[in-house]
Amino acid sequence: MVQGGNVKFMTGTALLFLVLGLGLIGWIVGRARASGFVRNAKGGPRGTVNSLPYYHGWFVAICAVTPALLFMLIWQSVSPALVTNMVLSAPAAAELPQDTFARAAILSEARAIAQGFQTTAFQDMSGKLVPLYRGALSYYKWLGVAATLLLFFAGGAFAFTRLKPDFRARGKVERVIMFGLLLASLIAIITTLGIFASLIFESWRFFSMVSPFEFLFGTDWNPKSVVTPGADNGYGAIPLFWGTIFIGAIIAMIVAIPLGLMSAIFLTQYASANVRKWMKPILEILAGVPTVVYGYFAALTVAPAVRDFAVMLGVSNAASDNALAAGIVMGVMIIPLVSSMSDDSIAAVPNAMRDGSLAMGATKSETIKQVLLPAALPGVVGGILLAVSRAIGETMIVVMAAGYTANLTANPFDTITTITVQIVALLTGDQDFGSPHTLAAFALGLALFITTFFLNYVALRVVKKYREAYE
Amino acid sequence: MNKAVIDPSPTDWNGHIMQKRIASRYAAERRFKAMGFMAVALSTLFLAFLLFTMLGQGLRGFQRTEIAVEFDFPALTSGATAASVTGPNADAALNSMDIPGLVELAVGQQYAGLGDSLLTSAAAENVRQMLIDNPELVTSKQTLWLPADSRLDVAFKRQGEPAAEKTVSALSEKDALRTGFNWTFLTGADATDPSAVGIWAAFKGSLMTMAITLLLAFPVGVLAALYLEEYAPKNRLTDMIEVSINNLAAVPSIIFGLLGLAVFLTIFGMPRSSALVGGLTLALMTMPVIVIAGRNAVKSVPPSIREAALGIGASPVQVVFHHVLPLALPGILTGTIIGMARALGETAPLLMIGMRAFIPAAPEGFTDAATALPVQIYLWSDEVNQGFVEKTSAAIIVLLIFLLGMNALAIYLRNRFETRW
Repeated sequence: MVQGGNVKFMTGTALLFLVLGLGLIGWIVGRARASGFVRNAKGGPRGTVNSLPYYHGWFVAICAVTPALLFMLIWQSVSPALVTNMVLSAPAAAELPQDTFARAAILSEARAIAQGFQTTAFQDMSGKLVPLYRGALSYYKWLGVAATLLLFFAGGAFAFTRLKPDFRARGKVERVIMFGLLLASLIAIITTLGIFASLIFESWRFFSMVSPFEFLFGTDWNPKSVVTPGADNGYGAIPLFWGTIFIGAIIAMIVAIPLGLMSAIFLTQYASANVRKWMKPILEILAGVPTVVYGYFAALTVAPAVRDFAVMLGVSNAASDNALAAGIVMGVMIIPLVSSMSDDSIAAVPNAMRDGSLAMGATKSETIKQVLLPAALPGVVGGILLAVSRAIGETMIVVMAAGYTANLTANPFDTITTITVQIVALLTGDQDFGSPHTLAAFALGLALFITTFFLNYVALRVVKKYREAYE
Repeated sequence: MNKAVIDPSPTDWNGHIMQKRIASRYAAERRFKAMGFMAVALSTLFLAFLLFTMLGQGLRGFQRTEIAVEFDFPALTSGATAASVTGPNADAALNSMDIPGLVELAVGQQYAGLGDSLLTSAAAENVRQMLIDNPELVTSKQTLWLPADSRLDVAFKRQGEPAAEKTVSALSEKDALRTGFNWTFLTGADATDPSAVGIWAAFKGSLMTMAITLLLAFPVGVLAALYLEEYAPKNRLTDMIEVSINNLAAVPSIIFGLLGLAVFLTIFGMPRSSALVGGLTLALMTMPVIVIAGRNAVKSVPPSIREAALGIGASPVQVVFHHVLPLALPGILTGTIIGMARALGETAPLLMIGMRAFIPAAPEGFTDAATALPVQIYLWSDEVNQGFVEKTSAAIIVLLIFLLGMNALAIYLRNRFETRW
């Protein structure tokens, strides 16, 4: 199994390295030819040669490698279908059952055995197909290798014949580079579209099973794995939305806003340069601690302490996975974000305003409270919106410290669940991809994505507008 | 702020009311400053408390309790010689010795009545390794220190179950307990027995995931940053790219996990819980961070450099790749390291693509089932067995050391290579 397991993958990798290695040789050959032009040129050291030799090298390498790699990419996705077709057209395949599922199961098993992923056949039929698959696989593998190499040499030869002293290799190579740069930038758009499309598509499948009305306005979250249309299936997400807001936007912010804002004020307005130099990186460390560490700390240390405190207060039903512990720790995680955003916006207030206030005899704190903060308010609000968006999308702290039971309550000592916790919970079981549980996770993901997108958009707009006001 | 310099004027500044008012304003000033100080102090205290808690629990995870077990090898193995456990037949010879049986026998003879599971499940494996390392042991009576069972380990280090406490005190009386460094923790993999677990498998999985992430996110991020700062025309497409990048940088990480699940696993059919898919998912998440850092670094290169290069005949591509990029590289590298540190500590997207499986051996290739260090921490934190608490904290210490190291490297690079123009 170890021997044969990676056969398919390894040939692909080996071929990739072969093509890249040959490309390097193409580069050297092209450059050597151009160096020849330079040596033989009349009139001056470079004479009439248009481009530097290495541009010729790049031209040859690009012309040879690009079509070969593109072909490999296409071949990777096309060849499985070709292999299946070849197997199905063989006489032995005529005995396959007509039922689509049974057919697919046999085919995939035979394929897995032929590729070495699996050693024993569980179905009689697949054993017969294994040799067929082996033959087809190796046939198409070598066909692919041959075609790749052919394309490589054709491209390389074509490029090599184009090399002449006055050939504009640099212009051609630079055009490819520009295209590569554009392509790299487009990956961001493709990723955004990919996120959006996959969330929308899976959510649409989910909403064809469960009514969107139930999802958005239902108050009962107790997802059933088999849904009946028209009935209450336990997919009412209101308790999750409330839990997310309660932990991320209320408890965490009650901790993060005062601490973050006051830290920023102290460090920028009161602390000496020396203190600032040391304290700022220390606050930054809070942002660098992985969330799984915060989650562990919240579950292990903070949550029991909060529960004991609640019992002391006389709250008898305090849960060990209470909302307060998760919210407090999440707030601490957010402090550096609030602090640095407030810092930036206070620093952007023109000095003249501060000096004017101080000159009128206001104390430092009066200046801060009545001049600096009102002027910096849009920036601070933008920072808080970003912080809320960070907090509601945060996963590990709530997964480890908050509960899994949906609960529509405002009691911070009670257990409460959030959108992210439920996404993790829904995708943890061994369900197949089409089950309502899995699809519900995507619907929750869509809700989360839209909310954070909206918050970020508003926050960036506010911050940008505010910066322009003082520039 | 000296009260003496207040000028006499129509307002009776020295009057009782005014003095009181000023005193209360100054008191408010002091209160406000104290509040600011409290905020910073509270944040710092929380960080210190977190780190001390982790250190306090985690340092024990690097230690293990060992029990002295006396092996009368000549009697137990009926006269095996050093030669018989070396050479090509060593494996077969060691197998025929039935080491687990030997260990059980030796423990049974020596500590009769102290319960049957004194040693960890990996103890026989340890004895085997000792014999391979030093075949001479077989020829005489030896006292070997073997790792204790997790219950005893917990009881010896701090409070454990009453039964285990009793066993520990009985063993202590015989002077048969000591604390040793837990090498297994650094070299081993996940196990069901907390005294036999190690982080190497998870760490290797993390390294492989990071390698894929760096390989994809760094070139794409740098090229996109160069395009947006240097070449992009002002049009709709460029605006869309900018909005996408700013948005991606703020999308919750779990959403990237959903994308990885829906696209890489379901549509492309890539191997589940592999470092390859983990790396791809984290690369998409890290790329915007690198683009934003890269753009700032490229922006800070002064235009005079570009103009000088253009002036002596360089093409726009040559200007950027020969002059702007090398000058911006320290800044880009700093941003990349910070982005990679964030990716290294990321857990949620990896859970989505199934890197939460029980991995009892380090992954061999990029398509093998793997786990990552933060995910391993999460999995251990879920275990009910008390012995896992210190292992989780110890793994957290290792993770934090790496993250702080990476951040320190980024700060060093910034200070060392940053040019002020």
